[in-house]
Order: sequence, then C-alpha cells, then structure tokens
Amino acid sequence: MYAFEYHRPTSVKEAAGLAGQAEDTKFLAGGHTLLPTMKLRLAGPANLIDLGQIAELRGIERSGDTITIGAMMKHAEVANSAEVKQAIPALAEMAELIGDPHVRNRGTIGGSVANNDPSADYPAACLALNATIITNQRKIAADDFFQGIFTTALQEGEIITQVSFKVPSQAAYTKFRNPASRYALVGVFVAKHADGVRVAVTGAGSNGVFRLPEMEKALSGNFAAEAIDGIAVATDEMNSDIHADAAYRAHLVGVMARRAVQAAAARG
Amino acid sequence: MTATGIGAPVRRKEDQRFVTGQGRYVDDFNRPGQAHAYFLRSPHAHAAIRSIDTGPAMIMPGVIAVFTGDDLAADKIGGLICGWMIHSKDGSPMKAGPHPALAQGKVRYVGDHVAVVIAETLAQAKDAAEAIVVHYDVLPAVVDTAQAAKASVQVHDVSPDNTVFNWHLGNKDETEAAFARAKHVTKIDLVNNRLVPNPIEPRAAVGEYDLGTDNYTLYTTSQNPHVARLVLSAFIGVAPEHKLRVIAPDVGGGFGSKIFIYAEETVCVWAAKKVKRPVKWTSDRSEAFLSDAHGRDHVTHAEMATDENGKIIGLRVHTTANLGAYLSTFSSSVPTYLYAPLLSGQYDIPAIYCEVDAVYTNTAPVDAYRGAGRPEATFVVERLVEKTARELRQDPAEFRRRNYITQFPHATPVIMTYDTGDYAASLDKALEIADYKNFQQRKQESARRGKLRGIGFSSYIEACGIAPSQAVGSLGAGVGLWESAEVRVNPTGSVEVLTGSHSHGQGHETTFAQLVSDRLGISIDQVSIVHGDTDKVQFGMGTYGSRSGAVGMSAIAKAIDKVIAKGKKVAAHVLEASEGDIEFKDGRFGVAGTDRSMAFGEIALQAYIAHKFSGQDLEPGLKEGAFYDPTNFTFPAGVHICEVEIDPDTGVTKIERWTAVDDFGVIINPMIVEGQVHGGIAQGVGQALLEGAVYDQSGQLITASFNDYCMPRAIDLPAFQVGMTVTPCPSNPLGIKGCGEAGAIAAPPAVINAITDALGHEDIAMPATPQAVWRAAQKARMPMAAE
Ligand SMILES: Cc1cc2nc3c(=O)[nH]c(=O)nc-3n(C[C@H](O)[C@H](O)[C@H](O)COP(=O)(O)OP(=O)(O)OC[C@H]3O[C@@H](n4cnc5c(N)ncnc54)[C@H](O)[C@@H]3O)c2cc1C
Repeated sequence: MYAFEYHRPTSVKEAAGLAGQAEDTKFLAGGHTLLPTMKLRLAGPANLIDLGQIAELRGIERSGDTITIGAMMKHAEVANSAEVKQAIPALAEMAELIGDPHVRNRGTIGGSVANNDPSADYPAACLALNATIITNQRKIAADDFFQGIFTTALQEGEIITQVSFKVPSQAAYTKFRNPASRYALVGVFVAKHADGVRVAVTGAGSNGVFRLPEMEKALSGNFAAEAIDGIAVATDEMNSDIHADAAYRAHLVGVMARRAVQAAAARG
Repeated sequence: MTATGIGAPVRRKEDQRFVTGQGRYVDDFNRPGQAHAYFLRSPHAHAAIRSIDTGPAMIMPGVIAVFTGDDLAADKIGGLICGWMIHSKDGSPMKAGPHPALAQGKVRYVGDHVAVVIAETLAQAKDAAEAIVVHYDVLPAVVDTAQAAKASVQVHDVSPDNTVFNWHLGNKDETEAAFARAKHVTKIDLVNNRLVPNPIEPRAAVGEYDLGTDNYTLYTTSQNPHVARLVLSAFIGVAPEHKLRVIAPDVGGGFGSKIFIYAEETVCVWAAKKVKRPVKWTSDRSEAFLSDAHGRDHVTHAEMATDENGKIIGLRVHTTANLGAYLSTFSSSVPTYLYAPLLSGQYDIPAIYCEVDAVYTNTAPVDAYRGAGRPEATFVVERLVEKTARELRQDPAEFRRRNYITQFPHATPVIMTYDTGDYAASLDKALEIADYKNFQQRKQESARRGKLRGIGFSSYIEACGIAPSQAVGSLGAGVGLWESAEVRVNPTGSVEVLTGSHSHGQGHETTFAQLVSDRLGISIDQVSIVHGDTDKVQFGMGTYGSRSGAVGMSAIAKAIDKVIAKGKKVAAHVLEASEGDIEFKDGRFGVAGTDRSMAFGEIALQAYIAHKFSGQDLEPGLKEGAFYDPTNFTFPAGVHICEVEIDPDTGVTKIERWTAVDDFGVIINPMIVEGQVHGGIAQGVGQALLEGAVYDQSGQLITASFNDYCMPRAIDLPAFQVGMTVTPCPSNPLGIKGCGEAGAIAAPPAVINAITDALGHEDIAMPATPQAVWRAAQKARMPMAAE
C-alpha cells in the first residue's frame, strides 16, 4: 500500500467538499474492493475519504412502492432487514448471497453499486427492480447508471447517498457462483412489476450487467418458466474466462432465468 | 492403556495455544534492529537480463542495501540444490541447470528472484524495489508439460530438449509379453493437474547474525530445520553448520511446500551478515502463489492388460512430469521413486513397466505436495482399474477384489515389498458403510429428479516413512531417512522428548506425549515435546511422507526402552534387588514376587540424587537418545467410496456420500487420525473438483489468487463416514503405518470414478469444474458421440 492522507467527514457535504479540494481522492466505504487493490499497489489514491461516520448515508425506509436504502448500509444489514424481507424478499436473499460473512459485514450497497463490478450482485437487482441511484447531486435511473464494466454515470467526486428500489409483485434472484471467488458467474434477477417484467443478468456479460428484452417480453405475457424455454441467449456478448466460456455462460443464463422465474412464481 | 495412552482420543494439547491466538509463528518473531527484505520478482516467464540498475533504489528512503545475483556470486554463495540424483535409462545423471538464489543473467519463471531490497520498513523496501531498473530481453516461454521436450524454447543450457531425465522402472520384457498375450487391453490418457499448496501460513524467514560470536540464526517456516541447516551450510555455503542455528517454531501447515530450501531464507541469512542487522521476509499470498513449489503436473498414458479370467496381467505407463523452471530440493524423487513403485496398487500384477520423462518449463518449480507421487500413481492405477472393470462389464468392487494381493510379504515388479495388509477386509467394510447394495435404487431416484448419480471406488495403497537409509541411498537420495529422539527425564519425573520430527499441524505434542504416557505410566501433562530447533535437538530428518509416527515415534520408543533399562539399574540399587528381578509395569519399578516398588518419578529422583549407588558403577542421571532407521517403508492402504450427484443443467457435482475405510496399522489417537483423513480427503476433493494452477502461453499464472484458484470449502464436502481396519505394521516397534496423506491420495480417483460412472463415459479431466462436467454431460446425452 502506498501512503495516503485519511479523512473522516461526518456529513455528505463535508465529504463532497473534501473531494472538491483535495487532489487524487477516493471514497472509502466498506473497503472490500478498494483496500485490496491498494494493498496490491494497483490503486494509490493520495487522499482517502472514509464515508463510515456519515449518519445520513444510513437507514432503510419504505414509502409506498419503494424501498430506499442508505449507501453505507452493509450487505448483512440489507439481508436481515425486516422491511426489505417484507417488501422485496428477493433483495434480502440476494444480499445474503454476497461473498461470506466478513464481506457482508463490511461491504456496502453504495460501494457495490459505485464499483459496478461485472460480477457483482447488486447491479442486477438495481436493473430488475427499476432502481434509482440517488447522489448528492441528482437522481439517476439504474438503466442509465451502469455503463459497462467498472463504469457508471457517476462524476468525479459524486457521492451515492441512497438507492431506492421499486417493490415488485413477484421477484427472485438466482446466482451461479464462481467456484473460486463466489462472485456471480451468472446471476439473474427476475422481477414482475405492474408495467411488465424485468430480467437482469450479472456476471455473464462482457460489458457488465444487462437486461434481456426478449425474455422480459415473453414473461410479461406469461410469467412462467415455460414462456422462456425456447429463448436462446446470444454468446457474442458473453464473458469468457477459465471458469466459464461464453457458451457455458449463455447456457447458464437460460437455466438461472428459468429457475428465478420458478422461484418468483412460487412466491405467489 | 492409560487414559492418555496409545489409542486414546485425547484432545490436542497444542490447540489451546493455536485457537487462542498464542501460537508463535516465524512472522511473530521480531528481532532488535530488524530490517525488512522484499524480493523483486520477474514479471516475465523467460527473459535474459541485460542489466540491473539498483542505483535509483539505493537512494530511496529507508533503504539499507540492494543485492543481486552478482553479490551472492561475489561471496561464493552456491545455488539451491536438488538432493536426489536420478539417472536416465542410459545411465547418464539428470541434467540439473543452475539454480541461483538471485537470478544470474536469466529469469525462468514469473516470480523468479531478481534482486532483494533491504530497508527499514517493508513499505520502503517495496517502494525501492519499484525503482530498480531491469532491462529484460523477453524470450518465448514454454509452459506446456506434454510439449516441453519438443519446444524450440530452451529453459536451461544443460538440457537442449528441456528434458531432465528419461527414467524407467519395472520389467519391460515381461510387460511386453503380458500385453502380447492379453485378452483385453484398456487404455487411458490422464492429466494430473498442477496444484498450489496454499498452507494457511505463508513462508517466512528471519536471518540474524551475531557479530560477537560469529553465529547465525535463521527462523524459518520449515518442516525439517536440520535438513535446512545442512543444505544451507554444506551445499549453499551461507554459514558453517556449527555456527548456524535453525529454528522452525509453530508452523501453520506445509503439505510438503515447507520441506524445501528456498531462495528467500538463503538470502535472509546471508544478508543479515552483510547489513549487520536481522533481516526479515514474510511472503504475501501473491508471492506464495508464484513461488512456493507447486505439486503434481503429470501427463500420462497408461495401459492395463487382462487375461480371459479378468485377471490383471500387465501394466505399462508413460508419464511426462513437469518439474518447472528449476529442480527444487526433492523434486526429482517425486515422479520417480515416490511414484512408479506404487503402480502395483493393491493388486497382484506380475508385469509392470513405467517410463518417466521429466521436463523443464517456464513455470514455478514443482516438488512434493501432500502424497508426493503417490496420488499421481493412485490416480493412474485406480482410474485404469475402474475403466477396465467397466470395459469387461464387471462390478468394479468385485473386479478389484479378484485382483487383490492376498499373500504377504508380496514383492511387486516395481521394487516394493508389501509387508502386510487385508485389502478385502477394508473393501467389505467400505461396501457396508456405503450401502453399496442399494446404490442402484438411489441412482434411479436421482434420475427421476433429472440428476445423474454415480459411485466411484479408490482402493489405494501408499508407502510412508521412506526408508531404510541404505535403500534410499542406493536409489539416489542424498540423505539418510531415519529419525532421532532424546528422552530427558527430570528429577521430578517429568519428561522432555526432543524429536527430529516437526509438527506443523499434525498434533505431535499430543500423540508423541501419548506414547510416553503409555510407556512410562505418567500423564501427558508431565510430558513436553521439543522440536524445531537445531540448538535443542541434535539432528533430525523432519516431517513429510507421513513418517513422524512410523519413524519419529519409533525413535522415541527406542529411547524410552533405554530409559526404562537405565531406570531398572537405578531401581535395583534403590530397592536393593538384583537388576534381573526388577520389573517395570504401570509406571512403577518393582521387585518381582514382592510388593516392593517405586514410582517412575521416585526412581528418576534417585537417578539424579545418586545417593544409593556409586557413580563408578552407574552413571547418575536419566537421559537417553536413539536413532531409528526402519527396515522398510510402511504401507497404509484402504478403500474410499465416493457417491456423487450431478445436475446436468449446470454441471454442478455434489458429493452425496463419502466412505473411507483405512488401515493405518496401530492408531495412537483416533481423533487426530480421523482429522488427518478428513483434511486429506478435502485436499483430494480440491484436486478433483476445484483446484488447478493455470499458466497462459506466455507463462503468466492466471490462477494467482483465491479469486481464480479455488480452494475447497466446508460446503463442498459431505459428512465423511470413516472406518478403520487394522493390520499392525511389522517393520516398526509400534505397528504404525502413517495416515497424513492417505485422504489426498485416495480421493481424486474416487471422485472422478464416480463422475465418470454418472456420466457413462470417461472423458473428464481434473479439476471437474461445473463447466467441464456440464460439457461432459452434454456429450453423455449424445450417446454415439462419446465413442
Ligand atoms: C472476498 C470477497 C468476496 C466478495 N463477493 C462478492 C459477491 O459475491 N458479490 C458481490 O456483489 N460482491 C462481492 N464482493 C464485493 C463486496 O460485496 C463489496 O460490495 C464491494 O467490495 C464494494 O463495496 P465496499 O463497501 O467494500 O466499497 P469500497 O471498497 O469501499 O469502495 C468501492 C468503490 O466504490 C467507491 N464508493 C464507495 N462508496 C461510494 C459512495 N457512497 N459513493 C460513491 N462512490 C463510492 C469507492 O470510492 C471505490 O472506488 C466481495 C468482496 C470480497 C473481498
């Protein structure tokens, strides 16, 4: 790790101010992505702004048909939240599938969404649950937010404060773990909303998280696994690595989607 | 048996220390004035070094020194050695290329040591390492085991075709004749995947030099500190043997990877004198992936000949073994004498012939890893036996039974003489525990749910406690393979046992104390086991090859016998009886036929007080030592049965049942033995389903972190059903065979035999990842395509 200055603001405003003034800054949330890259000397920010003491970034709140989660909420807090379990059980289950207990008790929703790792779970939930990413400057629809691997709509120094999810009538997330890292090799989040079904896929795409319009259309007509039986997933935009080549990933997208639909439909 | 004696499931004494964080590992040692070493490693798999400019690093903050291979050469520090000489078929010695501790002119794998920075802090050393300017002429690399001998790339000048040796074992003519008259020949091509050892504690070293006494101390993560001292002094020449103290304190797992003498500890001792400061190096996990000696990496073609009665009559094997870029300490013995002699398995095979070509590649050195050669041999034999049974449409269990060796001793065509065993007994017990008779029912039940169920056997044998010294010497070993012990009885009757074995997870502090407790009738709390320090223990060969029970404890038993003999002499004086009338039983020395007796501790006190006998007749004190050299290897054997269920939609293999019935001879502590079995199976399942080191064509290690290198987790494993059978080992006084590697040896073929049974075809390689199994399941669905 290279040496850096450590800052610990207590408000979003203060944090944004620091980011505006200091050179070469990075926000620190749970640190579960950022710190390993710093230890490996792949990242070396001069200034680290720890968001851990900012009360405004915490909390989970339901209002009407949305659930709003503070950016600094840890995966375990989301997994165990009574509100989330009641409103969107699939989201709580997704959070419970992230990493291991250490990761879930450090990693945050804000960090995961900001990072947009192509194998992370939250991006799929955001797309399928028609989420809005709320920052200290604006609100961004999830469909516009994720812009390719490790790339988002966030500007330099912009802070995610909350993520709000639309409560679906039925939803489920199925994850096929990378055997080694346990990130998603393929993760499919299926959610049925009043205005149609959303199917979002993480882990598989060479350009990060994406939706499957053909499946969404079929499922909007008939929310049952059979409805997507014949739909082939194209291999050309699929990731390929030693764990799974494009053909296997494409195949798994179909399997995981069908299983997600079954699980969501079983929820009644 | 005392409550803490042989056979008692005593809880491990050392665990209190380990689970409360009180263990003392090398990295816990911080010496006054200590500086930190950081190694600049090659980013290239193969390159000529045109120049190294350490100047910019020298002026960085906190830098004490920067050294390169030239500095080691100037001090006449020798290269790292390979301690086992193998001769090729034509009689020529193996081709050992130079192995400098810091590169001289060339780097040969990613992670090879280019230079070392010694600085006040580790961060400063790393910063400075980034400032070293190295000009490389990058060369093409060779990584592929099977292609290495044909490659145009040349790793070492001494070996134009990258071949270290072409070695063979067995009776070639008989084998050819057996195949000529065979009714059936079964052929198989196998890859034994390369593994990264991954002990939980990475390697570490602290070198220290005392200006006043000219003494050196090395704290190191070693399984065999005396061997490390011998190699560092006699061969590498960093310090004279009597001036070098090597301490291997608590060591957090080794699995073989800490047997070897590496560049880093060599440099730490040498540099400590150069900079007149203690020098510490602790590997990080990334360095461990790149530079710990890897395991396995064989490519094999094998054939098994059977006659009209389904009797195995011949086996021929050709293996190419990848030894990496340099010959690590015992690398040459692993694919030769630790491999081919096991190719007879548990079977009566009259003719066996094995050829092994060892090759250099631009990859990390490969050496012994849990099982060392024996897992590779067992994989060949058990995959081939299973496939033969299938081709002959015979039940795999009964096919094995028909071919088992039943008469002992049994001399195989590959230089082993099995001393004892009852293979059918283990098979019967395993079939019972595994509920084999109802397997078809379970398979049908799985099929109804769209799942593929399979069962796989592994009827393994291994050889432990490699010995005797004369025999291994004749096969090329550079060392003897005995063990030493010293039993020191204190005046209060408590006992210290100094052993040349080394515990790095095995539980010696408990099992060795159990032996003492059993023999001397004292509680294990009265016994301390001392190991891992060359200043305390006079000499020892260390722990690997499941040898510490069979060899290490036998040495202790021998020393205890001497203590009892001496105690009898003391007792004779004290109890005023003739020595011949003194009996030692249940911890008391007594006069036969009388009620006169004294406890062990009382006699110990008398031995030191020495009031009751003349020092001219009998030396005071009670301390005895022994060296024990066995008469043969030991041959643990058993049957493992693995039952899997495959989800053909995803390729996920779930192990539903695991039965292990092992014959380890006499068992000192069944709880510890069971733990060793569990751990071994977990490692074997890791190899079969999850683990595999992958280099790309340029020689970059793709699986260089846990993000890509998949270690087994609890969730990957079933609850093991463990059973034991016992045939005591005749070649050591305790009847012990050894248990440390059995699981890792037995497991891989059991898993793959189960998967191939489920799939209905043989075409799957290790690790059988979901992707690989899915693909193989696709193939199974197209029945004709499989042929
Ligand atoms: C062993 C391991 C296993 C894991 N497994 C999984 C898994 O299975 N699935 C999964 O989805 N993830 C997994 N993760 C990732 C983990 O879940 C975290 O979500 C992830 O590390 C990012 O969250 P963080 O809070 O740790 O962010 P940090 O590491 O602190 O930050 C990540 C990035 O986001 C930026 N950032 C953080 N918060 C904000 C904010 N509020 N506004 C703007 N920018 C911000 C930081 O500046 C940094 O660039 C795993 C991590 C580890 C170490």
